[in-house]
Amino acid sequence: MKRFSFWSVARNALSSHTHWPRQWRSPEPRPAYDVIIVGGGGHGLATAYYLAKEHGITNVAVLEKGWLGGGNTARNTTIVRSNYLWDESAALYEHSLKLWEGLSRDLNYNVMFSQRGVMNLCHTLGDVRASRRRSEANRLNGVDSEWLEPADIKKICPILNLSPSLRYPVMGATFQPRGGVARHDAVAWGFARAADARGVDIIQNCEVTGLRREGGRIIGVDTTRGPIDAKKVGIVAAGHSSVLAEMAGIRLPIQSHPLQALVSEPIKPVLDTVIMSSAIHVYLSQSDKGELVIGAGADGYNSYAQRGSFHVIEEQMAALCELFPTLGRLRMLRSWGGIVDICPDASPIIGKMPVDGLYLNGGWGTGGFKATPGSGWVFAWTIAKDAPHPINAPFTLDRFTTGALIAEHGAAAVAH
Amino acid sequence: MLLITCPWCGARDETEFHCGGEAHIVRPEQPDQLDDAAWADYLFMRGNPKGRYAERWVHSAGCRRWFNVIRDTTSHRILAVYKAGEPAPDLAEPSS
Repeated sequence: MKRFSFWSVARNALSSHTHWPRQWRSPEPRPAYDVIIVGGGGHGLATAYYLAKEHGITNVAVLEKGWLGGGNTARNTTIVRSNYLWDESAALYEHSLKLWEGLSRDLNYNVMFSQRGVMNLCHTLGDVRASRRRSEANRLNGVDSEWLEPADIKKICPILNLSPSLRYPVMGATFQPRGGVARHDAVAWGFARAADARGVDIIQNCEVTGLRREGGRIIGVDTTRGPIDAKKVGIVAAGHSSVLAEMAGIRLPIQSHPLQALVSEPIKPVLDTVIMSSAIHVYLSQSDKGELVIGAGADGYNSYAQRGSFHVIEEQMAALCELFPTLGRLRMLRSWGGIVDICPDASPIIGKMPVDGLYLNGGWGTGGFKATPGSGWVFAWTIAKDAPHPINAPFTLDRFTTGALIAEHGAAAVAH
Repeated sequence: MLLITCPWCGARDETEFHCGGEAHIVRPEQPDQLDDAAWADYLFMRGNPKGRYAERWVHSAGCRRWFNVIRDTTSHRILAVYKAGEPAPDLAEPSS
């Protein structure tokens, strides 16, 4: 890996940046690996990177059925925050946020992490009470969180409609200043480049079609490019968690739904923070190119089609026009959908599966992007040591049997 | 947007309906006799197939009655609609 530095960039500028080597290799799959990661999105690549970096396990392959970061990594609204209610979630998401804060330097790759703050609006008395409770819980867990009255909100976001005549007026907001956004593609590319530099094989266009087992133990995978042996297999396949788990005869509590988003035409800077409203349901930020990146709610039905129904984005636009009348004539450039795997308690499953040597990291639902580095970090630990790290120990599949659910529907912010 | 044919009211817009998840989940007759794993299976574990899926819908802005739909989760195509309590029709033809 050729490191990026002031000098290397300046030297390559002299040759018009035409002599940079490829950022990662494109190797043929070997017959066997110590660890196979199924899924080359942000979480899978982060897992491979931390397996190599933290645990010295470099005989690793990441198998991706399409191209790197072409699934939900490319389809999210890039928001990063850690203001979750329960201790278990706060520990997980805050660990991730701390990794975000040093990630560009760690990867030697600019992931454009911008801590511009995340504001969660409250529109009803119930909303206010739940949000203030969550804000206080955050502070007890060392997660930065502030309560804002409408006058404070006006100072941070002047274009927000704070009129009391709204159908659901803005009654206040919680604000996490350390939250923000990151460049989603750069996260996949940065982790891929850094993992590759440590010897991880990243194999694209290689779909896993079966999980091979022998005597209750995983021995490898079948793929569209032939069988590959592995001592351990980690599934990090987002919307397809259930499909992969079923190959090993495991039933999950997960349902896959479309989650839509869209971007507007680029405009001059109007919004330098992230605004989220879960009650009337819209959330947005402005990209460095000037486009507004706007997220919708999840569609109500199961789907693997990477598209949703129009009325969902119609409702999202109605909320946008209500909250930001000044954006009412903004034109939208494109919309898309990703398939998110939703758990009944809106928290992920990260841990060992009932088959020896098989691990699953999924069920992140509508909010996995923010957890990318932390998710990879704890999952790498779990695979390397065949036991969960204390941070992800509560996030087992078993919790649906024991009843120790981690209900985060309020903090998840996207209605589903 | 889906066009859903309610067995009582006919074809209507998706916005009149709500999806109620997997169909044919039967509540155990005697829950107190189940172990935790069997109860969790009833309560939380669900099929999530890539392909045909039998699911419940309710015509909330119409007759407010529940019914079942077989829909392909890769194409969103609705293959069958039948009333609650009826068995799932046997669809021999490939869905796409």
